[in-house]
Amino acid sequence: MTMKVKILAAGITAVAAMSVAGVASANTLEQVKQRGHLLCGVSDGLPGFSAPDERANWSGIDADTCRGVAAAVFGDPNKVEFRSLNARERFTALQSGEVDMLSRNTTWTLTRDASLGLNFAGVNYYDGQGFMVRESLGVTSPTELDGATVCIQSGTTTELNLADYFRANNMQYDALVFDTSDQTIQGFETNRCDVLTSDISQLAALRSKLEDPSTAVLLEELISKEPLGPVVRQGDDQWFNVVKWALYAQLNAEELGVTQANVDEMKNSDNPEIQRLLGTGNNNFGQHIGLGADWAYNIVKGVGNYGEMFERNVGPNTPLGLPRGMNNLWNKGGIMYAPPVR
Amino acid sequence: MRLSLRNDFMADKRSVRSGTFARLKNDPTIRSRTFQILTALVVVYFFWTIFQNTVDNMERRGISTGLGFLSSQAGFGIVMSLIPYNETMTYGRTFWVGLLNTLLVSSLGIFFATLIGFIVGIGRLSKNWLLSTMSAIFVDTFRNIPLLLQIFFWYFAVLRALPGPRDSIELWDMFFLNNRGAFLPSPVPEAGMNFVWFVLLAAIVGAVVLYRWARKRQDATGQLFPAIRVGIAMVVLIPAVVFLALGSPMSWDVPELRGFNFRGGISVIPELGALLLALTIYTAAFIAEIVRSGIQAVSHGQTEAASALGLKRGTTLRLVIIPQAMRVIVPPLTSQYLNLTKNSSLAVAIGYPDLVSVFMGTTLNQTGQAVEIVAITMLVYLTISLVISFLMNIYNKAMSLKER
Amino acid sequence: MSDSAQAQVIRPPKVDRGVIGWIKQNLFPSWFSGILTVVLGYFIITSLISIIDWGILRANFVGSTAADCSGGGACWVFIGTRMDFFIYGFYPEAEHWRINLVYLVFGLIIVPQFFKAVSSRIKMILGIFGVTIFPIFAFVMIYGSETLGLTHVATSQWGGLTLTLILAYVGIVAAIPIGILLALGRRSDMPLVRALCVVFIEFWRGVPLITILFMASVMLPLFLPDGVTFDRLLRALIGITLFQSAYMAEVIRGGLQAIPKGQYEAAEAMGLGYWRSMGLIILPQALKIVIPGIVNTLISLFKDTTLVLVVGLFDLLRTVQATIVDPAWRNVATEGYVFAAFVFWVFCYGMSRYSQMLEEKLHTGHKR
Repeated sequence: MTMKVKILAAGITAVAAMSVAGVASANTLEQVKQRGHLLCGVSDGLPGFSAPDERANWSGIDADTCRGVAAAVFGDPNKVEFRSLNARERFTALQSGEVDMLSRNTTWTLTRDASLGLNFAGVNYYDGQGFMVRESLGVTSPTELDGATVCIQSGTTTELNLADYFRANNMQYDALVFDTSDQTIQGFETNRCDVLTSDISQLAALRSKLEDPSTAVLLEELISKEPLGPVVRQGDDQWFNVVKWALYAQLNAEELGVTQANVDEMKNSDNPEIQRLLGTGNNNFGQHIGLGADWAYNIVKGVGNYGEMFERNVGPNTPLGLPRGMNNLWNKGGIMYAPPVR
Repeated sequence: MRLSLRNDFMADKRSVRSGTFARLKNDPTIRSRTFQILTALVVVYFFWTIFQNTVDNMERRGISTGLGFLSSQAGFGIVMSLIPYNETMTYGRTFWVGLLNTLLVSSLGIFFATLIGFIVGIGRLSKNWLLSTMSAIFVDTFRNIPLLLQIFFWYFAVLRALPGPRDSIELWDMFFLNNRGAFLPSPVPEAGMNFVWFVLLAAIVGAVVLYRWARKRQDATGQLFPAIRVGIAMVVLIPAVVFLALGSPMSWDVPELRGFNFRGGISVIPELGALLLALTIYTAAFIAEIVRSGIQAVSHGQTEAASALGLKRGTTLRLVIIPQAMRVIVPPLTSQYLNLTKNSSLAVAIGYPDLVSVFMGTTLNQTGQAVEIVAITMLVYLTISLVISFLMNIYNKAMSLKER
Repeated sequence: MSDSAQAQVIRPPKVDRGVIGWIKQNLFPSWFSGILTVVLGYFIITSLISIIDWGILRANFVGSTAADCSGGGACWVFIGTRMDFFIYGFYPEAEHWRINLVYLVFGLIIVPQFFKAVSSRIKMILGIFGVTIFPIFAFVMIYGSETLGLTHVATSQWGGLTLTLILAYVGIVAAIPIGILLALGRRSDMPLVRALCVVFIEFWRGVPLITILFMASVMLPLFLPDGVTFDRLLRALIGITLFQSAYMAEVIRGGLQAIPKGQYEAAEAMGLGYWRSMGLIILPQALKIVIPGIVNTLISLFKDTTLVLVVGLFDLLRTVQATIVDPAWRNVATEGYVFAAFVFWVFCYGMSRYSQMLEEKLHTGHKR
């Protein structure tokens, strides 16, 4: 009998817990701390950015960006619950508070920044839209694609860029819009479309899903700017700062040569910049954003600096094999530039 | 029994005596009124809260509202459109493109599903064992597999089965079939075609008049006139003669392979084909059951009576069985038509640009105005179903038994 | 006619009985029908041969990698290796026993229902257990509970056949009572209640389920006060349940209308109140009449659970879809879809057979 009552009670509390997740409060950081884990919106499976393995362990740059924030808040990069969101749901899920932040290869645009009530907290990957074609077609430039059928994923900026590009070059095309990236690659594989268009990083990921990746080539020319980054809700500046600076901390760490492996040694460094970043030597910059002094130390310890994160997930030694390119630090030929911790 | 009635009666009396509250509590009219008022309050409060929350939420989060987006530029392409469309047109235009595509696939689906459904339904009642068994297997298989799965399967199967554009299956150099779709020549009317259309219209009107006259004469004198055959001949032959006499004022736009794909003519994309196939087969399985039970509901005595009157088998079917069976068939048939229309929204899963896919999909994603767009989409489907139900109610009234 | 007894009994001609007779009567009754038989027969035989050849003769059943599929036919190895994912989705492997336990208990409830030897009393007790305590038990087992020492498994990790069955079961258990209430409301004497029920039913029946699921996944959060959110699975579940309960209400209304007015009057004459007369007299009769309709609605509900994949839940069909694009396996889409279709078919066909059984058993009153 008592067992039955216990089960019943457990059931009721669980249902209650399931239906109402946190009560109104504009203070996201407090909410996250109270809950004990971060709710992070990620994609529905995009290798290199956010993809689950069969045990639902997420990996990728976007997933690691979430982990970085969790490490900054809790000192533990694993205190994240990932929510897989499709392109359609992602903004509403963030707006409604279902997730604390969105880290889902989302392009920063004016409309999204302004009229959707969102704030982009920075850029964790500079991307551009490209094309993938079958090698047998012998196409080398997008300008040769007049009359082609193009597979594309719904709910993305790529849909609009594509239309602009073809119109500007006075070319015709048929756009075949699918709900998921899996379907676009299936459409490409079954030869339903000649061209697959998306952000070039996604194309690299999708190509690795082909039966024979060597049958497809990525065209070099990019037709758009796609700055991808984490997003938060408008109206909570503290949380905005936390997410923004979690990303900057990773960039600064790379710039200063602080890595996951040497971060403990670096704590003894007498370089004032490193001291400020890692919160040693009477520095406590974490308090300004509502975090502990060792916030950046925890991030680097947990997920490494930006360069390490890049190499691990999308770099030349991964199936995606993407060059660092634009995403290199500003002083190494790229455009990744973080404001200083001071 | 009598005792309990008396008890009730006494209970009533007692309640009258014991205070106003109890009396009010037990008065059925007052009870029902109170209950209704409470319900009304709850409902009003519920919707008010939702409205208030929505307005609050959208304001706080800085989400744009209103229908202004309908007149801003869409900026994305749509693979298939029945009306002229390009990226520079508005979101309002995308709505119409999507709606027309939905109506197209629904009406084609209704047509084919009815056709196949009747064949299979009558087949189930056939004396031919093989035919009736096959029909039963058809029904039991396709009714019990989710439509979405069937759509995926057919889409996949269609794409796998068809060759690429360069190895198209062709017929007389005019019809082409490949995995980009089926390509047919489209008619291009030239000067004089309008006159042919006019003659066709006149012939149809003439045929209707003829049919009416034949009915009247039959009612009055009992003489039969083959009005339907003559009518069909009129509608087909007269415009055909005029068409030829004017020197065939119509040319054909034949599709041809240009670059990646065929251009010109009419094209039917594989998404439409797969969706239509799945919708047709799935709904036909349901319609077959409806037709079977409808025919079985007509009592055998009717057939016997008809043959006793000396009616031929075909006439019996046409004048005795079918009209009575239709009375049973039509109401569930209507709801199948409605289901098919609503199910066509699954198009979004394979990228056929219907209303849900284009408007509630791409347009919603680009503008982010979920509330307005979802509301408009739902309203469209509601309107379609209310209109169909309304028409069917009229039909039902006309068809119902007129007891004298 | 009176001397017919003396007449020799003439057996029917040979061609009208036995195997030949059966073939003649059922396959070649007329020339048209005969041609049909030949054409259909040819079609059936050729397609059966190729299906058997692909699915059994040249198929591979054992192995663990794509290399084991060398026969050129179906690659059932693929289904076997991914079976865990199809059944449990992303549910942590160490906790699979919890789902298995739920399946076991579910089996103990369902299986006795199909045997005549089990007394109807036990069946009823099991049935009541199945709709009251079992859902709570299953929920606690699958969701987890700190008090019982079961780790919490987020609903985003539920998936596969388990998720499909959860959606279907909860939908079925909830849609019937809501449907009954709506049907009663639609026939109520109170105009306001009646109007509300009509609007409710017609609204849900008038829009596609997919738009409702979109609304639940994209819009519902905007309707709620700031910061309050529902679990995504729960939202889909509410959408499916309300959608089907509107259909259920119409089916049950049909049953209520078929009950003669005398029954209502008799119940009233007995001095029974509204709820008691409905619960004891009217509904038992009405529901009995419309069992086929109810089961058809439940079958639709079961099939409709696949639609949750468009809002990003990993039901059985979605898990199949997600695995068939795996580059390690070649062209396994057909196998995947056939497998999923078979699973759905077994459940839906089973339900329709069960309803036929129940219908025959309950067909007591009107048989003459």
